[in-house]
Amino acid sequence: MRNIFLFIRTHFNLLFFLSLQVISIYFIVNYSKYHQAAFGSITNNFTGKINANYNNVQQYFHLKQTNDSLIKANELLYNQLSSNFELPDTAKKSVTDTVMVDSIKQYRKIRYISAKVISNSITLQSNYLVLNKGLNDGLKIGMGVVDPNNAVVGIITEVNEKYAVVMSLLHKDSHISGKLAKGEETGTLNWDGAMVNYITLTGIPKSAKITKGDSIITSGFSTALPKGLKVGYVDAVFKETSTNLFRIKFKTAANFYNIQYVYVIENVDQEGVKQILDKIKTQP
Amino acid sequence: MSVLVKNIFRFIFLMLIQVFVLDKIRLHQMITPYIYIIFMLWLPFKTNRTVLLILGFVLGFTLDSFRHHPGFHAAACVLMAYVRPFLINLLIPQEGAETNYEEPSFKSMGGILPYLIYAGTLIFMHNFWLFLLEAWQFADGLYFLLKTLASTAICILMVLITELLFSRNQKFKTNTI
Repeated sequence: MRNIFLFIRTHFNLLFFLSLQVISIYFIVNYSKYHQAAFGSITNNFTGKINANYNNVQQYFHLKQTNDSLIKANELLYNQLSSNFELPDTAKKSVTDTVMVDSIKQYRKIRYISAKVISNSITLQSNYLVLNKGLNDGLKIGMGVVDPNNAVVGIITEVNEKYAVVMSLLHKDSHISGKLAKGEETGTLNWDGAMVNYITLTGIPKSAKITKGDSIITSGFSTALPKGLKVGYVDAVFKETSTNLFRIKFKTAANFYNIQYVYVIENVDQEGVKQILDKIKTQP
Repeated sequence: MSVLVKNIFRFIFLMLIQVFVLDKIRLHQMITPYIYIIFMLWLPFKTNRTVLLILGFVLGFTLDSFRHHPGFHAAACVLMAYVRPFLINLLIPQEGAETNYEEPSFKSMGGILPYLIYAGTLIFMHNFWLFLLEAWQFADGLYFLLKTLASTAICILMVLITELLFSRNQKFKTNTI
């Protein structure tokens, strides 16, 4: 017993060094579990405040780009105004409605919540955005995030009362499913960490017809992002020799260099779908 | 200014520069500039080794909390903190030189070359360990090696420039009194 204590005393620094390394690697590996702990929300509160102050200064330098993208978004919305369309005159024809459900009544499936980006990184392998809204404003983990022109930015991975952290598309663990707008083939988006604003799409069979400039949209298979949101435009197509699949490099529709404002997508069905999925998982 | 206050200011200042200036710059995909490690390089000679390890962990963890993925920089900084005393013992010119000066610098290490070896080795270890931990998911040997070397070169350059811009007046303390 005495020898053990003696060993610890003589090699205290080495043992301390090794234990600190183990703690660090434990944090790296158990990243998501760690962040559910209260400690994570404390550090996020602290860094969030600093980031918010910094953003107050920094946003002035991006006002021009922000204005441009808002004008574009406005143009799109004006074009969708119902007053722009005229209904054809169908009053003369009378049809008896046999449907028992009120088919005119609409219900809201998706709601957009605006938020300001207070911190955005692009230079790392794992990039995140921090938003100035949190649980208090109805943001939840797993909600999708788009830019003012409805192009995909990422998915919320952490929330506390005041701030939300978004895993950007430029993250090595981000695997959102996307598909070709033309042929409807579905694949997975991955970022190799090499170039900002360029992402790869894998899992598209070689039978698909692709040309440069084709749109890639979200598949809608997850509840986070509804179907048909812009993701990017095809830049280059590579044939993988060992498989029957294409590897497509594309430019993102959202410009990650200057994101200032985003919209968080709240899907009303999300809870319901999640409950069903959880039910399946718990069944033997 | 006392050593403690000076180092606290250094910590905050370097961290702000790192997070709000260098992290916003994208030079090249191969290069990640790091300047916050100067805090580790400039700590006094007589810092206790255990304290050194704790400071390294705190330094790395602070940067990690800005990047929302804890562990990477903490691990790299702890490695730096562990190796530092051995390196100083190897490179210091004569016995007791570390008691004559307060912190590592050109003058106290006995010239530019020993200081460059000291800084270069520590920065290389930091980058190597950091990118290796990141590369677990990335498995590309050449990319990893090139990135480590390129980033290390840029970091050493930045440390040199900082050293020349903010010259620290190192007083010679005689140990006879």
